[in-house]
Amino acid sequence: MIVEKDETIPVRTSEDVVRVRREVRERAVALGFGLVDQTKLVTAASEIARNTLDYGGGGELRIECLRDGNRRGLRLSFSDRGPGIPDIERAMTDGYTTGGGLGLGLSGAKRLSSDFAIRSSPGQGTVVILARWK
Amino acid sequence: MANKADTIISTLITRSRKPLLDEWLARQATMAGSGAIAADGDVKEYCTRFLAELDTGLAAGEVGDIRGAGWSGMRELLEEVSRSRAGKGFTPSETASFVFSLKAPLFALVQREAGDNAARLADELQSATTLLDTLGLYTVEVFQKAREEVIARQQEEMLELSTPVVRLWEGIVAVPLIGTLDSNRTQVVMENLLQEIVSAGAQIAIIDITGVPTVDTLVAQHLLKTVSAARLMGADCIISGIRPQIAQTIVHLGVDLSVTSKASMSGALELALKRIGKAVVERKARPAAEVS
Ligand SMILES: Nc1ncnc2c1ncn2[C@@H]1O[C@H](COP(=O)(O)OP(=O)(O)O)[C@@H](O)[C@H]1O
Ligand SMILES: [Mg+2]
Repeated sequence: MIVEKDETIPVRTSEDVVRVRREVRERAVALGFGLVDQTKLVTAASEIARNTLDYGGGGELRIECLRDGNRRGLRLSFSDRGPGIPDIERAMTDGYTTGGGLGLGLSGAKRLSSDFAIRSSPGQGTVVILARWK
Repeated sequence: MANKADTIISTLITRSRKPLLDEWLARQATMAGSGAIAADGDVKEYCTRFLAELDTGLAAGEVGDIRGAGWSGMRELLEEVSRSRAGKGFTPSETASFVFSLKAPLFALVQREAGDNAARLADELQSATTLLDTLGLYTVEVFQKAREEVIARQQEEMLELSTPVVRLWEGIVAVPLIGTLDSNRTQVVMENLLQEIVSAGAQIAIIDITGVPTVDTLVAQHLLKTVSAARLMGADCIISGIRPQIAQTIVHLGVDLSVTSKASMSGALELALKRIGKAVVERKARPAAEVS
């Protein structure tokens, strides 16, 4: 698998979340993703970007365009240096929220992605990586 | 390419910086489109810094490639000039002319300095042209990027949620939501929206989300809150304009939009009319036949 393009953008304000969606959509279009794949990836990105901002206190997104043989994909890595998630399994449960949300962002983003990984340690921050292949 | 330490240009910049600067400023003042440039109060400072950075870059010995560390100060300066000019409404050529206008005064000095040495003159002019062209094009590149950023920002601002409430029929209102629903204003806009539904005395509100680019859990939550608040105030909501890809995505998110929904606004209107006991019927062929 090779990384063809690699870019990092900030996730520090509400406008940045809007920008994340736009950038992810642009890249998905450029890679030839169909409308459904675009929408799924952009929505997953929107969820995680908002978590990065609201719970992680802001962070950044690294966008990588991937090629694996004939397959093309996008990998999004969100990272923050916030309080971290004490119980990941619980946070991944449908409906679990500490912020008065719907509690479907993490679990929903996982269902919308081809690959999903989350790493977090209390006091250190959180990294969420999701990828979608065409 | 000649060793940079002994190029005529670097010698000239060290020795004749003042006259070169004056000549360059004078040229920019008389150029076409100089109205805007003349109004750019920072020109003199920019030019002074440009010559200093040119000196630094040349001393670093890279003439063909301005991406090196020796030119980092120059790149910063050009970015500053371009961004400032893009923001002030300059055209790309007015922006690039900052660099290109140095050619004539510089080349005149080079020519004088080279004297009869034709080969050397050709060589020097060649590399000076290449360098100034590269620097000039860099300003255009940055300018372009800055303009795109300005446009993107304006588009985002336009996408700020707007919600006109349209009365479609006695008791039926339509609310096309257009824009992103995650700005700080969303809550306020949704509350105003409820207010309007109530003051219109609507029994049914059709909320159309065709103009909402992304429906994530935050948007869904805003919608659900609005729908249940409207219900408390006696109005039923129908959501229309859920495109197929959005419907699929909502299902994967796991959101239960347990709200009546219709793919299109016309479908929603038909349902709304039915609910208030009206129907749209085909008109008979001859109007006279309607009289019963
Ligand atoms: N980057 C993060 N840093 C700290 N906690 C997080 C982060 N992302 C998610 N969480 C925790 O996981 C919970 C579930 O997140 P999510 O599924 O997106 O639901 P919601 O955003 O609606 O609360 C959040 O309420 C929060 O407690
Ligand atoms: Mg969330």
